[in-house]
Order: sequence, then structure tokens, then C-alpha cells
Amino acid sequence: MKIMVAIKRVVDYAVKVRVKADKTGVETNNVKMSMNPFCEIALEEALRIRESGAASEVVAVSIGPQQCTDTLRTALAMGADRAVHVSVDGGVPLYPLSVAKMLRVLVEEEKPGLLILGKQAIDDDCNQTGQMVAGLLRWPQGTFASKVVLDKEKQTVTVEREVDGGLETLCLDLPAVITTDLRLNQPRYATLPNIMKAKSKQIKKITLGELKVETESGIEVVQVSEPPRRKAGVILSSVDELLDKLRKEAHVI
Amino acid sequence: MRGRGGIAASRKLQRWWRGCPSTAISDDFFVSGRDGRRMSAAPLASALNNVVAGGEFSNRSQMFHLVARYKGTNPLMKLRDYQSFRHDSSQRTLGLKLRSFGSASIKVPRSTTFSKINTEDICHFRAILGEKNAIQDEDRLSAANSDWMKKYRGSSQLLLTPGSTEEVSQILQYCDSRQIAVVPQGGNTSLVGGSVPVHDEVVINISRMNKIISFDPVNLYDSQCGFIMPLDLGAKGSCQIGGNVSTNAGGLRFLRYGSLHGNILGLEVVLANGSVIDMLSTLRKDNTGYDLKQLFIGSEGTLGIITKVSVLTPPLLASTNLVFLGCRDYLSCQKLLMEGRKALGEIISAFEFMDCASMEMVLNHLEGVRNPFSSSMYDFYVLIETTGSDESSDKLKLETFLGKSMEKGLIDDGVIAQDMSQTLSFWRLREGITEALVKAGAVYKYDLSIPIQKLYDIVEAMRTRLGHSAKVLGYGHLGDSNLHLNISTAAYDDEVLSKIEPFVYEWTAANRGSISAEHGLGVMKADKIYYSKTPEAVNLMAAVKRLLDPKGILNPYKVLPSSLVLPN
Repeated sequence: MKIMVAIKRVVDYAVKVRVKADKTGVETNNVKMSMNPFCEIALEEALRIRESGAASEVVAVSIGPQQCTDTLRTALAMGADRAVHVSVDGGVPLYPLSVAKMLRVLVEEEKPGLLILGKQAIDDDCNQTGQMVAGLLRWPQGTFASKVVLDKEKQTVTVEREVDGGLETLCLDLPAVITTDLRLNQPRYATLPNIMKAKSKQIKKITLGELKVETESGIEVVQVSEPPRRKAGVILSSVDELLDKLRKEAHVI
Repeated sequence: MRGRGGIAASRKLQRWWRGCPSTAISDDFFVSGRDGRRMSAAPLASALNNVVAGGEFSNRSQMFHLVARYKGTNPLMKLRDYQSFRHDSSQRTLGLKLRSFGSASIKVPRSTTFSKINTEDICHFRAILGEKNAIQDEDRLSAANSDWMKKYRGSSQLLLTPGSTEEVSQILQYCDSRQIAVVPQGGNTSLVGGSVPVHDEVVINISRMNKIISFDPVNLYDSQCGFIMPLDLGAKGSCQIGGNVSTNAGGLRFLRYGSLHGNILGLEVVLANGSVIDMLSTLRKDNTGYDLKQLFIGSEGTLGIITKVSVLTPPLLASTNLVFLGCRDYLSCQKLLMEGRKALGEIISAFEFMDCASMEMVLNHLEGVRNPFSSSMYDFYVLIETTGSDESSDKLKLETFLGKSMEKGLIDDGVIAQDMSQTLSFWRLREGITEALVKAGAVYKYDLSIPIQKLYDIVEAMRTRLGHSAKVLGYGHLGDSNLHLNISTAAYDDEVLSKIEPFVYEWTAANRGSISAEHGLGVMKADKIYYSKTPEAVNLMAAVKRLLDPKGILNPYKVLPSSLVLPN
């Protein structure tokens, strides 16, 4: 069985982002970019399933400009067997529905038994792609997975989901879509021997045209701005002053 | 040693105190009353305070009653914390557990040339600085009097926090006229007791002087604008520039940016007599006359107080790569350094190493750290960082070098950091060793410059000497041939200390190394300078000190042997 993992290249988690002067987005020039942390967790889970013998191959896919190949190299260095890069110009905005449509085409070509994605990307926090792909493919989905157990004979996967109320356990028939949450695993480091091996692994390149998917979207980003700064608190000297402020400034009494 | 009372006991005690190795930390004392008489807490405490702080016995009758016996336990508590009163009738002892600090302060007696401060002095300081900045509050004094490692403790009665060069000048002028000794203090992160008073010197804390006066973008400044400071060290959260400059701090990026002697363009210094010397230039090149600022860089606050600094800041480069490698022996680490220098050339920015013992210490005592090699442990670990302007070409150089090194068998395993969180966690493994050591118990720290081929030999020699009584760790800036030798024990123990010193200094001197590569001499090594410098050189240093500070008020008892610099 093949496992496909979808990976996104985003602004590095530890970088302090700044909004561009024209408020159309976040500054991404000369800023460190790396693999989305949830995608790392997804890849780690796929690798663990392969190592347990339940799968034969892990394929990493990424959609975006040329630099995505760096992220795919990292994925190969972590242990993925093959990588596919869908090349899209840097200027074209990629919203979850377009990405989901592209992933559907790739899935229909590669025919994996499991598609694993991170639950959301840390740059747009959409949390939509996994669910949309499952809908388009008409596959069962287990999102916010905090535990994944594959049963090879029965061809099912048991997913424990982290939901607001607690933990929900689902059993899905394969093929299925899983999106990963933080507590699923701790991703491995890319070790040197694997990095050397990754150099000889191939990255297949596909252009947007070949996929025949529309990137037109009904969404337009109007403005991106910083959240309002936290103001310092005020130290009051008496209860009367507190009441006064609650009445006149906060308008709560 | 049981007191038999009378003069004999006092002489015995004096000899015993003098016989204490210089950095022994006395742990628990059991105080015995002569004839089994009890001593009440207050006179006892003050007697012991005098013993520890002054090394002089002001009250001989008190001394008759003091008998000390070692009981090693956790030393990390203050002198004033009394533990318990125990009456041990079998030995007729009044057990009073007291814990105290390094006896380095005991070793050098308070010089009689310095005046003690009085209310008139305090009024004068209040007039210069304002009420708020002449501090006698116990908590703040306590913080200013003890160092980060809780190894040294002074007994200063006054903390001053000036806000401008003018105020510093007035303070020093007054102190010079009254012969009041002072200690300049910044972040108080010294590892050799250089930033805390030894006796009752007045602490002058310069933390308030923290403004950035100007920034020349052609010549560079802070990471928000795209520039960085040319040094990076473990104490970065708390240390201050004045202290860094006056101790010529080294750190992790020394390999790339060099010493502060090269990166400081100018200084403004206040001398002991209050005169302000303005050498604050921002010029890259200026060969007019003797380069006086070099004297003050590394002088550890003994020649003048630095009030303004002009720093050359390199640009923040876009691409940083970090690798963490496991090697099987020290020879491989050395070869990696040589090959790395050749292959990576100008992009190499840090080259650190640590041994298996250091890795174990970090993994056992720190939270949130994880072994990058899952469960395998290697004998040596090397951390290499490259900084350059082009991500892809740097990565290519690095991966080629690593590939070749693996083939030659220099590297057993390695990981390359793929994003910033991984970079931070690898650095944490190396920078966290100091913190882990403090958590593990007592630590004896040595900072040695040794020719690279012999660098690790001292660690092995020390392990053989100490056997099971202590854990010996070796780590440091391999790229600069700088070893941080650390010996970890459950508690400070004189027996262990006597096996370490003076062996470590003698070994270093015999191998033509330096007994203090970057930490400075402070009070810990104040009389050890002869291991690394000739007597003629030291005499010349003393002459310079006497010229700039004839009354010896600036940071006394430190750096140079007191006999050479204190006026007698």
C-alpha cells in the first residue's frame, strides 16, 4: 500500500512575522521558510506506518514555486521514498479548494491507500484542505488525529481524534484521509546518512497545466493587518476608583 | 578538631582557616562550646560572619568557642539561614548548621587602606544621585553581593546606580578622595567572582546606562535593522555590554567575528580619580597615538569604569545552517575542525564540541531537550554553524563537506537542522550544559586555552585523578582551542578541590596554555596569573594599575596579586 503525504512550505514557525507595508500580506522576502510543523508530523506518521510493515512506499507531494523542492528534499531526507512537485508560480495564490482539487488529481494517479496531511498550515490556519479532498474523493476522513492505528488485514484505520469534548475514536475503511494534530508524534530529525541518500531520490515535477485544475477562487484577500497592541494595565489605588472606571470607561455597570 | 579552649584553640583555628584551599567552600559547621556551654545565636552568628567575611578575628574570646568540623552537604544556602540547633550530649556540642560561601573572600584580608563608609558618605552619594539611586535595601544589596553561581558573597553596605557619565565621574572622584573601594557591576554574570564585592566595597551598578546613542547604518547595529552584535555567549539573557567589554568576553561566534579587541571602535572611560577619558570614535581606522582603549578592554574593571561603547556590528546574513555530529574519538573532532576550516572557509561561524558526559548531564537535568540521535550516545559531539548570504550554495558546501567526512570515517552520525526550532534545540544542548551543571549540584569550573592536540588530555587526566568522587565534563569552543573543564560533585568538597588545584593550573602551564581563556581572573584566579604570565609582565601590569589607580580603589583584590597593587 502507498501512503501519500501532502506538504506545505511556510514561513518558519520560529520567525517573528511582520505585515507588509501595503497590508496585502505578510513579509516573506528574505524570511526563513520551512516545512509546516503539522506536515512534519504527518510525514513522521507515514514513515512509522511504513516501518511497521503496513505500507510499502511513502510519497511526499508539494504544490508551489520552485523553492518547494527544498522542502521536498527535507521530506526525502526524513525518509520519504519519492517526491512530487506541482510547480505553480509564486504570484498565484493557492486557496484550499484549488489545492484539494489538485490533490484529488494526484491521488487518482498515484492511487495511495492513505492520504495524510497536517490539520492546518501555520500561515493561513485554514484547516480546510484535508476535509475538502476527502469530500471530493468521497473518502472517509479522520481529522485532528492524535493516534492512528492501521489494521492491514481488515483494511481499516482506527483514528483517535482530539475534539473539544475530549477524544473521539473512529474506524475508517481504507482508502481514507487523515489530518494530523500536534500530539500524534514527535517528528524525527533528518540524519546525515539519510540526507546523503536523499540526493539520489527523484522529485517528479508536474506543471499546473498538466493537472487541468482551475486556480480561480471566489476568495479575495482584502487586507492583512496586525492585531491591536496590548495596552499596559493601570494600577488603581482604591475601590472607588475601580468603580468609577468600570462605570465610565468600561461601561459594564 | 575539638576545642581545648584558650589560645591554643584560636591558633589551631587560624592555621586551619589559612590552610583551607583558596576556593574551598565550607559547608556545615558544628560549633562546640567550651565546657559544653551553649552559645546563643546572635554573637555566634556575628563571630562566624566575621570569620567568613573578614578572615580576621575581631573578638578573640568568641574565637575560643569556635570549633569547626566538616560535614559535606548542599552548600547552596545563605550564611544567615540557620538550620537547626542540636544539642549532642555525647560530644557536648551545640550543633549549629551554617552554610557559607567560597572562602576566596576569606583568603585575602580586607585592606586597611580603604575607608569604611559612614553616614556622611551616604548623604553625599544621595546628593549626587538622588535618594532612589543610593540603595541600602537588604534584598537588593543581597542580590548585588552574590554572584550567579552562588559561589562568592561580599558584604557591601551600599549599592549605587548612576544614570550618566557625569554621575559616575562624581562618584569616583569622591571615592578616590575618601579612599573608598568600589566594584563596577553590570549584569553580574561573572564566573570568576569579578563582579561582586570581596569585602565591603561599594557596588556601582551601571545597568541604568542602557541607551543606544546613535546608529550608523553604513557601519551597522541591531537585528531588527538587519545587523547583529559580534558576540554571542551563554549569559546573553543577562549580561551587559560594559561588562562584556571590560572582560573581553569571547563566546560562540569568536571564531567568525574575532575578539572584542577588534570589534570595539571606541570607548568612554571614567578613571579612578573621576576624570573622563573620551575615546569614543566610530572610525574603523585611527592610528593616532597609542591605542589606549585596548588597555581597558579585558581589564575587568580594575583600570576604569566603561561608560560608553562604540561597537562594530556585522550584517545579519540570510542563511544559517547548523549541524550536530556524533564522533567516536577526539582525534576525529580535531580532523573535522581542520577539514571544516578548509572546506567551509569563510562561511563557518561556530565550531563547538562536547563530550559524552556533558550530553548526559544535559539530557538528565534539563527539561524539554531531546537526544538528536534517539537512543545512541557517542563519545564526542561537534556542533558546526555556517552563516552566509546564499542559502543554496552554503547548504551545498556543507553537505559536500559532511559527505566526505562521513566517508573518511570522521563522523559516525549527524543531523542537520531543518528549521529554526531544530536550530534552537541543538544550541540548547550545548548552551544548556552550564545550567544543567548548576542544577546537578556543586561545580568547579575551569576555562583553559590549550594547544588543540592536547586539549582533551587534561579531561582524561582529571578523570583518572578523581575517580568516582566526581564527574568530569569537557566541552567548549574547539575552534578557538578553548576548553571548559567542569567538575561536578554533589557538594563542594575540599578533598576534591585539593586534587584539582593546583594540578590543573600546573598542567596547563606545563603545556603552555592559559589558565583563563575568556572568563578572566576575577577573584578566583587573582593570584594565579603567574601560571600564564612572566613576573616581568605582571610587574608591568602592576605599574600600569598604579598609574591609573594609585589608591587601588577600583575592584580591589582581583585580577592582579594584591601585594603588587595595594598601597602599603
